[in-house]
Amino acid sequence: MTTTTRLAPVLAGIAALTLGSAALAQQITVVNFGGAQAAAQKKAYYDPFEKSTGVKIVPVEYNGEQAKVKAMVETKKVTWDIVEAESPDAARGCDEGMFEKIDWSKLPKADMVPAAVSECGVGIFVWSTVLAYNGDKLKDGPKTWADFWDVKKFPGKRAMRKGARYNLEFALMADGVKPADVYKVLATKEGAERGFKKLTELKPSIQWWEAGAQPPQFLVAGDVVMSTAYNGRIDIANREGKNLKMSFAGSIYDLDYWVIPKGSPNKDAAMKFIAYTTQADAQTEYAKAIGYGPTNSKALAKLDQKVLQNLPTAPENTKDALQFNIKFWTDQGEALEKRFAAWATQ
Amino acid sequence: MSATLAADPPGTLPLQQRLARAERARKWRAFALTLPLLAFLLLTFLVPIAALLMRAVENPEVARALPRTIAALDAWDRKDTPAPAAFAALAADLAALPDSSDAGLLARRLNSEQPGARSLVMSTYRLVPIAGSADEVKAKLLEADARWAEPAYWHAIAKNGSRWTADYLLASVDMKRDASGAIALMPEDQRAYVRILARTFEISLVVTLICLLLAYPLAWWLANLPARRANVLMILVLVPFWTSVLVRVAAWIVLLQSEGLVNSALMHLGVTQQPLPLLFNRVGVVIAMVHILLPFMILPLYSVMTGVPPTYLRAAISLGSPPLAAFFRVYVPQTYPGIGAGCLLVFILALGYYVTPALLGAPDDQMLSYYIARYTNVEINWGMACALGALLLAATLVLYAVYRRIGKSELSLG
Repeated sequence: MTTTTRLAPVLAGIAALTLGSAALAQQITVVNFGGAQAAAQKKAYYDPFEKSTGVKIVPVEYNGEQAKVKAMVETKKVTWDIVEAESPDAARGCDEGMFEKIDWSKLPKADMVPAAVSECGVGIFVWSTVLAYNGDKLKDGPKTWADFWDVKKFPGKRAMRKGARYNLEFALMADGVKPADVYKVLATKEGAERGFKKLTELKPSIQWWEAGAQPPQFLVAGDVVMSTAYNGRIDIANREGKNLKMSFAGSIYDLDYWVIPKGSPNKDAAMKFIAYTTQADAQTEYAKAIGYGPTNSKALAKLDQKVLQNLPTAPENTKDALQFNIKFWTDQGEALEKRFAAWATQ
Repeated sequence: MSATLAADPPGTLPLQQRLARAERARKWRAFALTLPLLAFLLLTFLVPIAALLMRAVENPEVARALPRTIAALDAWDRKDTPAPAAFAALAADLAALPDSSDAGLLARRLNSEQPGARSLVMSTYRLVPIAGSADEVKAKLLEADARWAEPAYWHAIAKNGSRWTADYLLASVDMKRDASGAIALMPEDQRAYVRILARTFEISLVVTLICLLLAYPLAWWLANLPARRANVLMILVLVPFWTSVLVRVAAWIVLLQSEGLVNSALMHLGVTQQPLPLLFNRVGVVIAMVHILLPFMILPLYSVMTGVPPTYLRAAISLGSPPLAAFFRVYVPQTYPGIGAGCLLVFILALGYYVTPALLGAPDDQMLSYYIARYTNVEINWGMACALGALLLAATLVLYAVYRRIGKSELSLG
């Protein structure tokens, strides 16, 4: 009895606090991919937005699992307000009614690069999968995917992402297919066959990675001579004093999108946040914090050459690059990934 | 006894009935006591498993979205492009969908049957409604996307007309129904899961055997130590047991990498000139899994061994048996229950391993759970995920049944 009486005021106090804070400040939950990228988002987007609007941002990390979003939407208990999604997930989820439609009249549509504008997703940055190597260990490094496959000229292991996506494109380019024709070739039966055959050639030299943080670690530790890698991860490693080099020739660039899960109770605040992050100034700050390219074309003009050279959207970097084909992968992804599993077993 | 029988007062039930009644009451009381646990198990264990098995055979998407098309395809010969009536029915069905999300679900279902169907269905959905006669509708659909002329997409629709399907389960054992509905093997480049299941069992078996070889001598040594020292050493066994799996996996990465502790020690000792490939292959997966699962082998072995009186072994030796033969013929058979429990525990736990192979293995070291997680989280094809889950469950149950048959003993895992 005494415990109850002693606890009662405390409980009342906690209740008052939670109710009070809910009444004072609205809060929205923003889901990101974590790591260095989340830190850059906090610096460029969350903190200034909180300061200017008073809306509190609760960051949550995830690993791209759309199953969670689907479960929330299906059970109508949506606790995530804004989710950063990869392009195929944003497109598929939109088709399946998992996300709210975007009201583009509230956003600077005219300034955005065309790929950033979609029905349910707002493209927030451009990232790229590149060829990377350690500049301290290889003076005259590889430039193209043909070099990546050349185990005579560059002996040693290569690291590649576990899965079919990107690797098939790289394999075809190494086999002499021009970047512009890659998806045309890959869509045919013979093209897919050709891609897997080329991968088989390199199979004994491949060390597979699972998480984006692994390639820079492998390169620094000397486990591999070169690797496929996300350009932002390489950029971050270089900021920490490493000397990793990237080749954007034949790289595949893609966008990450903000999406709002259907039924989010804070839709208006979420849209305000998205509008804030599409401003040129905020995007400039983000590109300075991590080497991912802005989607607001006005932001590019505000960046100096030193930052630009590491961005996938810089003109000299997009020259020989390939845009990720969302439609191809949402159509063929499941079958090709299964084929990859079968291929790995052989 | 007979005195009590004789003293049976008239008018009451005979003793036998009263005994039976008391026995029944006792049984009901025992049952009532376990009721909360049973209800808990039912809700948290059996119901989810049943739901999982249901998901593996449920197939509502096409039947719900395209009822007219399915009816129109009944008369189709399944060889050429269907009649215009089917095109008209398809356009009408798509136009009647209440929400675009229904089209999305339909597109996903058809796409996992026939790659490419997603974009085909979604682009057609944006065209409807289409006015005009059946022939005009057919012409318009073909003009919009020539793929509608290919029978493969229509097969995908016709095959999935029923609300229940064995397709997911068939796919989990690399089979499928072909266009005519007969069961056939998948094409070579899509055959994966039987091999992956075999690989899952192979890795689990190797891990179990290594665990047994490592744990048996250790448990024997611990069981023969004075209790106080055994307890201290047991803490050393248990400390890693209480550490997070992820932490231990990360530690193995640090130890096993090519410039890691293990490789630099081996090179220093002159055992090898080149660093050995210990990571991102089968070796790394097995090492880490053995380390994580070892306590599950040591504990049952130890608890059985402490119950074996050392006098039996001494008696065998004093009766003239050579020590080694005495050990294998007298001591080891008495520890069979511990070996059985430990092996079963380690094997079944190993079957479900997912994080360790994902982080330490190559694509050909992944176990079935990796693909279950993939279908759940990445592809969001929950039917396929549930079918693979059912496959793993069935394989495990079969194995357990075989074990019970061979072991001929009621084995408790407790």
